[in-house]
Amino acid sequence: MMMTPELALILSLAIPAIGALGIAVTGARPNLREAVTLLTAGALFAVVLWLLQHHLEGGVATLTVLNLLPNLPIAFTVEPLGLVFALVASGLWIVTSVYSIGYMRGNDEANQTRFYVCFAIALASAVGIAFAGNMLTLFLFYEILTISTYPLVAHKETPEAKAGARIYLGILLTTSILFLLTALIWTWFEAGTLNFRLGGILAGQIEGPAVAILFALYMFGIGKAALLPFHGWLPAAMVAPTPVSALLHAVAVVKAGVFTVLKVAVYIFGVDFLAESGAADWLLWVAAFTLIATSVIAVTKDNLKARLAYSTVSQLAYVTLGVGLATSMGIVGGTMQIVAHALGKITLFMCAGAIYVATHKTEISQMRGLGRLMPFTFGAFLLGSFSIIGLPPTGGAWSKWYLVMGAADTSQLVMIGVLMGSSLLAIAYLIPVVARGFFLPLSDQEDRPQPPGYEISTIRWSEMREAPIWCVVPPCLTAVLSVLVYFAAPTIAAFISPIVGQ
Amino acid sequence: MIAALKAHLPILLVAVPLFAAPLCALFRHPLFAWTVSMLVTAAAFAGSLCLLAMVMAGGPLSYYLGGWAPPWGIEFRLDAVNAIILVIVAGVGAVTMAYARASVGQEISRAAQPLFYTAMLLCLAGLMGVAATGDAFNLFVFLEISSLSSYVIIAMGAERDKRALTSAYTYLMMGTIGATFYVIGIGLIYTVTGTLNMADMAARIGELEQTRTIPVAFAFILVGLALKLAMYPLHLWLPNAYTYAPTVVTAFLAATSTKVAGYASLRFIYTVFAADFAFEERTLLFLFLPLGLVAMFASSAVAIFQSDVKRLLAYSSIAQVGYMVLGVSYGNVTGLSATILHLFNHALMKGGLFLAVGCVIFRTGSHSIDAFRGLGRQMPWTMAAFVIGGLALIGLPATVGFVSKWYLVLGAFERGWWPVALLIVASSLLAVIYIWRVVEIAYLQPAPAGVAVKEAPLSLLLPCWVLILACVVFGVYADPTVTIAETAAQSLFFDPGAGLPPMDGP
Repeated sequence: MMMTPELALILSLAIPAIGALGIAVTGARPNLREAVTLLTAGALFAVVLWLLQHHLEGGVATLTVLNLLPNLPIAFTVEPLGLVFALVASGLWIVTSVYSIGYMRGNDEANQTRFYVCFAIALASAVGIAFAGNMLTLFLFYEILTISTYPLVAHKETPEAKAGARIYLGILLTTSILFLLTALIWTWFEAGTLNFRLGGILAGQIEGPAVAILFALYMFGIGKAALLPFHGWLPAAMVAPTPVSALLHAVAVVKAGVFTVLKVAVYIFGVDFLAESGAADWLLWVAAFTLIATSVIAVTKDNLKARLAYSTVSQLAYVTLGVGLATSMGIVGGTMQIVAHALGKITLFMCAGAIYVATHKTEISQMRGLGRLMPFTFGAFLLGSFSIIGLPPTGGAWSKWYLVMGAADTSQLVMIGVLMGSSLLAIAYLIPVVARGFFLPLSDQEDRPQPPGYEISTIRWSEMREAPIWCVVPPCLTAVLSVLVYFAAPTIAAFISPIVGQ
Repeated sequence: MIAALKAHLPILLVAVPLFAAPLCALFRHPLFAWTVSMLVTAAAFAGSLCLLAMVMAGGPLSYYLGGWAPPWGIEFRLDAVNAIILVIVAGVGAVTMAYARASVGQEISRAAQPLFYTAMLLCLAGLMGVAATGDAFNLFVFLEISSLSSYVIIAMGAERDKRALTSAYTYLMMGTIGATFYVIGIGLIYTVTGTLNMADMAARIGELEQTRTIPVAFAFILVGLALKLAMYPLHLWLPNAYTYAPTVVTAFLAATSTKVAGYASLRFIYTVFAADFAFEERTLLFLFLPLGLVAMFASSAVAIFQSDVKRLLAYSSIAQVGYMVLGVSYGNVTGLSATILHLFNHALMKGGLFLAVGCVIFRTGSHSIDAFRGLGRQMPWTMAAFVIGGLALIGLPATVGFVSKWYLVLGAFERGWWPVALLIVASSLLAVIYIWRVVEIAYLQPAPAGVAVKEAPLSLLLPCWVLILACVVFGVYADPTVTIAETAAQSLFFDPGAGLPPMDGP
């Protein structure tokens, strides 16, 4: 059978959906079930790669399914931003699937079938968001993503998990129904269309303060972008098992949020219209405040996952800040940040999970000296941290570079300071984890007298206590990838340049 | 033969259930009664679909009862508005009837079952009659047929819970007051116009708008119908009636009875009294708008604190009626389309939800929220249906609730009432709370120890899932329902009581 773009689009949604079904059916036989997961993830990635190839050859892939409302179809279009997001999400799903197997089995978690089913549905909706051809389709999958991740957050069914899941669902549904849906209907009312069009659909349809209000409805309505004060769901979601935090709450869900922010800016409002109308000026300041404030909170957190969660909120604000700049550099920087942060943060989360599987420790203060016992995990953590901080040669350096360029372009000198300050704060909350891991004595070594000549910061292979290999290889792989992406950055920038008019 | 059937379809839809009812009472055999009822409702559903297709393709139909031309004879007049209502009533009737075999078998004693089906069929005939007729007094007659039989079927819940008797009694009182108000209003109009045919009334009222009689008649009719509609604050009969009635009755009445009353109100507001009638404009603005908003918030808030799932859904129904009332208050085509859409959509989701609760009642014998503990695992299909129905109630995309809400908010924007738009979306968040209370208990609480609960039998699950799947299908592909609703709204809005070509008589 010949692969056509339409078929590929259908497959990109159908594969994870069918995968979810397959996982549910094979639930009683864990090995088969995990094989289905891996197969699905691999097949999905292959299809997305095919779509990339097709796009690079100049092909246009669109698909209109049916009219949800008259003149308002469920439709899909492949465009560069969506491809970037789909590639990141589907590619990292493979890595996370391998990791999940190690983690879930290592921890002997209950309800594993439900876990993998919901995971696959979440991925299907992430792909739906990536390839959505209009705002209604995007909103549809956005809400499916919220609902399908709820069981993952409530996975442990403890009172804490229940409370966390409530906050998660509460904030995400409130923002999306209250603001995003209103914004959607308002846009439809004014523009008569919700199609994504380069240059936007609102220019000339709406003017005055209404532009800023509508833009605010979108920005706060996209709760998954975790703009202050609607960021509380992300720390609350940390009660979920670590693979969920890694793929969904560092990659798929949050990136779906900032991806939607980018889509709205580029295809609904249009970057030029945003710049002319000044509707995005306030966003710059909200994003800057989010960026700094949550970094400061991250420094104060002792729980590693909580610290990473606040760091994620802060890093997501980089993308929003890029949109707030309303310049092409900002959009490029934002897109780059989606890729770089995804790789960096998934590494950090998987390391946190590996530490938990191996030692059952969750607090940073308990992790003294663990680096010597788990050198691979902590090494990967260090590389991931570099990318979050924005040090070369890791991907994070480029996103910060473009954002600073954008800030300089628009003479927002304060924003340059904010970006620098946030990088410094990132050093403050990430590096100590590694430093304590490698250079401080283990908690139980302190009181014991050490034999003479015992160099405390030496790694001894005999003492190594790494997590199962399934949990260690994936973070090492993503750490390496986040270095490689440093060299791929110009390619990515060239890839998305058509949509920012460079 | 087919042509004759088609020509007489409007009256057959009412007459067949009406004449099938005594059959069930005469041959007192449960299985026989159920089979007759099932066949009749299925036929009525097929007929109503056929009628809807005819109306959508060829415009409004007019049928003269006994060949007597209006305004002397009784006329059945069918346009997109009542055709869709007929589909709702007959469709939900057929689905609940399929469900009734097992559910009624358990809830009502064998001896009473044939009588139950008799009353159900009478109720169906009455509701179909209200929807089909174009004669104001004939509407009253059918309204009373449906009401009296619904008091009976609600009271039949007494075999399980004696409180059904008092609930039915309260409903009888309030329903009778409503009917009396309605008939007073009709009497007043008759004294000044001398006609009972709605189209004829509409033509004559135009000149008489300045008199005092017409506004008074309008007020009486509206209050009378609002009681049947359970429009806030005339809803007090509803929560108890829905809670203690047999499952099938709750699902059937929740999905049809308030809808038919809503339709009748629309008919009077837009067809009989013209939309530019100044008194009416003020009524919509100062009465419907605030009452609709209050219903949305107050009833949803009350629903949050219920410990009985049937009662919770009953309060949610009152809130949903608030949305319908709100759509009418806009006084524009989009708002009206939203109301008509919601009549249809709410019938699907509330019907489906009550049937899902019915599955739980069938297995656990209780509709208290505590009975739901751990059911997520023990009754996965039932609870999945409940969740999807609940999501539709919240109004998430890919469900019918989303479509209704979309048009309701769009209508508010068209009217320039953006605070109302925000209130609509805000009120749906209350639905999140009351639905999620049940979801959390079902999925995140362990089942009580030592009680093994099985999944409901297929004969209950299947009808329930038909409605739930319809919620999704018409949520993902709302093009046809929206087109019908818009056609209906336009015909209500733009040609009140316009002269219609007579249907080819017998």
